Amino acid sequence: MVAQNVTFWVLAVVMVAAAIGVVRTGNVVHAALYLVVVLAGVAAQFILLAAEFVAWVQVLIYIGAVVILFLFGIMLTRAPMRHETPLDNDQRLPAALAAGALGVLLVTAVLDAFRGREIDFTSRTGPTPTAEVAQSIFRTFVVPFEVVSVLLLAALIGAIVLARRD
Amino acid sequence: MPLTQFLVLAAILFAVGAYGVLARRNGVLVLMSIELMLNAVTLNLVAFSAQLDEVAGQVFALFVITIAAAEVGVGLAIVLLLYRNLRTPDLDAVDQLKG
Repeated sequence: MVAQNVTFWVLAVVMVAAAIGVVRTGNVVHAALYLVVVLAGVAAQFILLAAEFVAWVQVLIYIGAVVILFLFGIMLTRAPMRHETPLDNDQRLPAALAAGALGVLLVTAVLDAFRGREIDFTSRTGPTPTAEVAQSIFRTFVVPFEVVSVLLLAALIGAIVLARRD
Repeated sequence: MPLTQFLVLAAILFAVGAYGVLARRNGVLVLMSIELMLNAVTLNLVAFSAQLDEVAGQVFALFVITIAAAEVGVGLAIVLLLYRNLRTPDLDAVDQLKG
């Protein structure tokens, strides 16, 4: 339990620092690389929470596909590499105030509602079996699953229609 | 392990992502900040799944990951289209609807 806690805090510090890097850095490619650190940290937290399958899906889809899409987007929009135009707008202070207020509100609400609840791993023998996740998807949540398939198809067609050159 | 430490981490990530959405001007960076917020939500879902010993939270985390992938595809297509029409990825340049 001590090892898990130490792992959590080390990951948490790295993740928050990298997240601030994503929103503060002046280089777009660096922002994408900081995003990789945050996403890998989230995957590691999933493993810490015994959700092995979700962790690997996170690695495959986010780090493998979404970040590559972002890098393509950066390449195709020829993002400024050398601080020619600032990447931030002039609302930085109001944005920081609003985000800070939101953060304080969320943290106090979460602490007020869930203080003292423990995640109990003593009765577990290992990570959540993937078979259990699969049964939940294809028995209980089969309708949402099919709807998500249609949504992915619609997004695919929509992206092609939008990005196509006539 | 206390449940709240995961929830607090997720709340901080969400707030940082919200700052990015509000303060960034480049369209690709705004999409990256949205990804930060979506990841905070996923972390919450999996943390509750572990606390309640109920696999449904993980299934919904998978749904969120799928929808995030679809959202990035369409979002980047829109940013690309803006770049092609306005020659800049800056979202501040999109002011045609301003009176």
